[in-house]
Amino acid sequence: MSMTPAHIWLVIVLVALGTWLIRFSFLGLIGGRQLPPWLLRHLRYTPVAVLPGLVAPLVLWPEATGGAPDPARLLAAGATVAVGAITRNVPAAILAGAGTLFVMLRLAG
Amino acid sequence: MNTTSTRAFYLAGLRDGAPFLLVVVPFGFLFGVAGTEAGLSIAQVMGFSVAVIAGAAQFAALQMLQDNAPTVIAVVTALAVNLRMAMYSASLAPHLGGAPLWQRALAAYVLVDQVYAASVARYETTPAMTLPQKLAFYFGTATPLVPVWYGATWAGARAGEAIPPSLALDFVVPITFLALVGPMLRTLAHLAAAATSVAAMLALSALPYNSGLLLASVLAMIVGARIELWQTRRPVMRDAA
Repeated sequence: MSMTPAHIWLVIVLVALGTWLIRFSFLGLIGGRQLPPWLLRHLRYTPVAVLPGLVAPLVLWPEATGGAPDPARLLAAGATVAVGAITRNVPAAILAGAGTLFVMLRLAG
Repeated sequence: MNTTSTRAFYLAGLRDGAPFLLVVVPFGFLFGVAGTEAGLSIAQVMGFSVAVIAGAAQFAALQMLQDNAPTVIAVVTALAVNLRMAMYSASLAPHLGGAPLWQRALAAYVLVDQVYAASVARYETTPAMTLPQKLAFYFGTATPLVPVWYGATWAGARAGEAIPPSLALDFVVPITFLALVGPMLRTLAHLAAAATSVAAMLALSALPYNSGLLLASVLAMIVGARIELWQTRRPVMRDAA
């Protein structure tokens, strides 16, 4: 890992500034202008468009196993999504995933 | 009289914000753990949680740092996760847009998912609220959430130093993200966007500078928006025919 403190701080500052600007964007405009519907329609899907792609390689090719697919991690990922989708409860989904991983790794020895 | 009712709305905001501590505490704690595990100092971990206050974007930035992604890609990816907040900002503008600049700036700083959700729900059920009442309620919801977010991150960062590697903490980030994604899969369009994101990312993972994720995200947004449009237009066309 070649993360230098200066690089990490630069990322923190830029993400913080950018995030605040996104949050302030329309609150900052006087008169409360509305976003065009086509833009709103795309923005609605940002979290669900970014997060699954971000985790997909981590789930399929975990670094801890040298990139080889690992049944314990695959099952844990499946349990997390399933419990999250059914209960709509984030902490419950985290517990389900962590619990599955813990049990599976124990079983695998 | 007026101050009393403003105070009542502040307290109502506190009450409506408090249940979200159940999400904020474990999420902040996990970020602290993951940040320390990734090799960040406590100051850097806290820098993220205090300056950004957006768990998913913080985890995304952390992952990009670990992948040695170029700074621009790391920042753009983390900000892409936060683009939904432009939508929150737009929908709050009619309610809070009349406040002084410093109050809107502060409101923007604490505009997290839970504050947005609780406030918009209340503005819809109680349309007669005045601007001071709306602001009082808004900052009421943020009051328990923001300091506890800092505290939970700090506790996680301290705990992370003590947790043995056998606990497979490498998987904290995937599990936390997937736990956020699960509840989002509520329509066909959301499901299709998520599937596109995964498929495109795996197909494009060899692209340099971690740019595959950004391309996959844009594709997935387009797929989601297209399907939504297709689903809302179809019945209209059927009626016309």
